[in-house]
Amino acid sequence: MTECARAIKISGADIVTVAVRRVNITNKKKPLLMDYLDPKKITYLPNTAGCFNSYEALRTLRLAREIGGWKLVKLEVLGDKSNLFPEMIETLRSTEILTKEGFKVMVYCNDDPLMAKRLENVGAAAIMPLAAPIGSGLGILNKINIQIIRNQTKLPLIIDAGLGQASDATIAMELGCDGVLVNTAIAKAKKPFEMAKAFRNAVIAGRQSYLSGRIEKKVMGSASSPKKGII
Amino acid sequence: MKKKIKIKINDKIIKIDDKTKLSDLIKNLNVPLKKVAIELNREIVDKKKLNKINLKINDKIEIVHFIGGG
Repeated sequence: MTECARAIKISGADIVTVAVRRVNITNKKKPLLMDYLDPKKITYLPNTAGCFNSYEALRTLRLAREIGGWKLVKLEVLGDKSNLFPEMIETLRSTEILTKEGFKVMVYCNDDPLMAKRLENVGAAAIMPLAAPIGSGLGILNKINIQIIRNQTKLPLIIDAGLGQASDATIAMELGCDGVLVNTAIAKAKKPFEMAKAFRNAVIAGRQSYLSGRIEKKVMGSASSPKKGII
Repeated sequence: MKKKIKIKINDKIIKIDDKTKLSDLIKNLNVPLKKVAIELNREIVDKKKLNKINLKINDKIEIVHFIGGG
């Protein structure tokens, strides 16, 4: 697990998602996550990965808050075990309940602008649309939708799930996203540490590119050298 | 001799003395209290009030912590 800590450090990530699981009461010598990843140095984001209904998700996050007072959480309610798409009705309902309980909820959601708006209306703290199914590595399938969501919200917008390589992160950032959530693309790469570094650079490049204001797209060619003084 | 009762911790059945305090049980398990959350029969237990809870037969306890993953 120190490998995980190393990859996180190399990637430059500010936030790490964590899951709530049973303590191994028979093997107490196993180190706990907090022993090698200091929650004071990196923001822990408790999340509900693996929950398939509102009840499980709420139970998980209430326990997470109890561990150490975490109010910033990531909500993920899945609807289908094969494609892992979010169950948006349960997600919306859970977001509303958690917000009322004082949580700041970053919400994993599909890339539907209308649903993103509804999440914002019930108090979501961040919108986290998928690029593609979790673990698929397909990259951003619907750039237009992400752009529409970007244009309609001032909330932090973070691409969650489906990225496959560093350039996908650049595209996300160029679309105006505020960040990306990456696990599989780094963890399952042949060289995870190198890939962590690539993602770090890709996010920085994409953000700089977005802030620099890209040129307009044209159908026809347009010479870049001046015509004056041509021989 | 004290009466023994069966309870469940993280889905494992164990035998303890009747009316054992939850705080004593946690102490015996050597669990770092600051890094876990505890549920008793599906209700979150206030970690400051562990010594006020006497365990009874068939109680179900969950002790959870954070692992990497998301």
